[in-house]
Amino acid sequence: MKLMRCPINGWRPIQEFSYGGSLRSMPPPQESSDQQWADYVFHRSGAAAVKKEWWCHLASGVWFIAERNTFTDKILRTYLFQENSNHE
Amino acid sequence: MFPCPKELKTHYDVVIIGAGGHGLAAAYYLARDHGITDVAVLERNYLGSGGTGRNTAIIRANYLTAEGVKFYDESLRLFQDLSTDLDLNLFFSRRGHFTLAHSEATLRTMRWRAEVNKHLGVDSELVGPEVIRQQCPLLDFTCGGHMSVLGALYHPPGAIARHDAVAWGYGRAASQRGVEIHQQTEVTGIRVRSGRVVGIETSKGLVETGKVLSAVAGYTPRVTDMVGIRTPLEIHPLQACVTEPLKPWLDCIIVSANLHLYVSQSSRGELVMGAALDPYELHATRSTLDFVEGLAGNLVGLFPFLADVKILRQWAGLADMTPDFSPIMGKTAVSGFYLDSGWGTWGFKATPICGKTMAETIANDQPHPLIIPFRLSRFEEYELVGEKGAAAVGH
Repeated sequence: MKLMRCPINGWRPIQEFSYGGSLRSMPPPQESSDQQWADYVFHRSGAAAVKKEWWCHLASGVWFIAERNTFTDKILRTYLFQENSNHE
Repeated sequence: MFPCPKELKTHYDVVIIGAGGHGLAAAYYLARDHGITDVAVLERNYLGSGGTGRNTAIIRANYLTAEGVKFYDESLRLFQDLSTDLDLNLFFSRRGHFTLAHSEATLRTMRWRAEVNKHLGVDSELVGPEVIRQQCPLLDFTCGGHMSVLGALYHPPGAIARHDAVAWGYGRAASQRGVEIHQQTEVTGIRVRSGRVVGIETSKGLVETGKVLSAVAGYTPRVTDMVGIRTPLEIHPLQACVTEPLKPWLDCIIVSANLHLYVSQSSRGELVMGAALDPYELHATRSTLDFVEGLAGNLVGLFPFLADVKILRQWAGLADMTPDFSPIMGKTAVSGFYLDSGWGTWGFKATPICGKTMAETIANDQPHPLIIPFRLSRFEEYELVGEKGAAAVGH
């Protein structure tokens, strides 16, 4: 069984979690051109890599960040989101 | 079936990345319809090793958007005499395609699709349980007592074909016209000068070319990274499986929109089945017990007598998903770099029309009218094609 560590609830089966997409920073909506906004809304870094992603532990509603290798499916770290951390 | 040249030449008019159905079909129509035969098709693995040999081989045109319906209908038309065209039996078999609705909301979507289809001349009809029962008497209409079947979108031209043979047939026919197919040849880079493609780097050396077509579906992001193009593609595994062979009992193709299940019986007697996409991004063709367990539960709900039938094998392919469930095709911001991508869960049925329209797009450096709605720039222009008739969409 594949396990993931929720930062609050510890190790739980992967079926208890939901994927929320990659962690991305939103450009300022009022100052962005249509093209910059479309790039943010639609475009993704699609190639396999170690990515920072949003995940949710469904049973408790905890949203957190997982660093996962999308080529091997190995989960490297999980932690609660912090406003000032660097991301794509 | 065709010669396998060892060495690459130093120049080709067109280089196609990916010897799947789409890439080989494009090569074939470039040679047949446009007289462009100085073409190399490069394949990192073996011919048809990607999505071409991993789908569930369903061919249909009963989509929801006008853009989608016209495109897939033309593909279905091309499939109908493709065996003769390629001189190879593709086991193309017209079966009739039922998309079951288990709720009022789904029935409404099915009616919507049926009306769009009929308006565009595609044979589709909303039918009640009695019509389904005539063609599929073994179906449990209560679905185990929890998801009663209320009706279905019936699409009589729905068909299946032998997917590997489609790649072999296109490959052989292209090769006979002078196209070179190089398997075990990996593309490692694309050379761009002043916004134009000038060459391609491979594991067998450098090749000069002014035109490159990427037809690699689930591997597209690593190719677009080589030319610095951003796309909305996100890769998810799509799994499938087959049962042990059974005596023929299922003539039609049965799909359940609510249960996310599709099943048909191959000419060998195996039930070929698929379900929903894996729920998160992953670039690996691994199989999971979750998938086969969930699928088997839904299958036994519809056909309780299959409870003792064994699953023979399961596998996965990489689906390059787009936000609007439509492909990304045509020219790009890099001159001479063409994309045939965004094939998600709907690529096999589009093989002939993709080959034909991409060949014309490459030959004339102008997008074929049928694929203009699917251009990459539609996202920047906020002109998406919401294709809710795709298999990946729940209703």
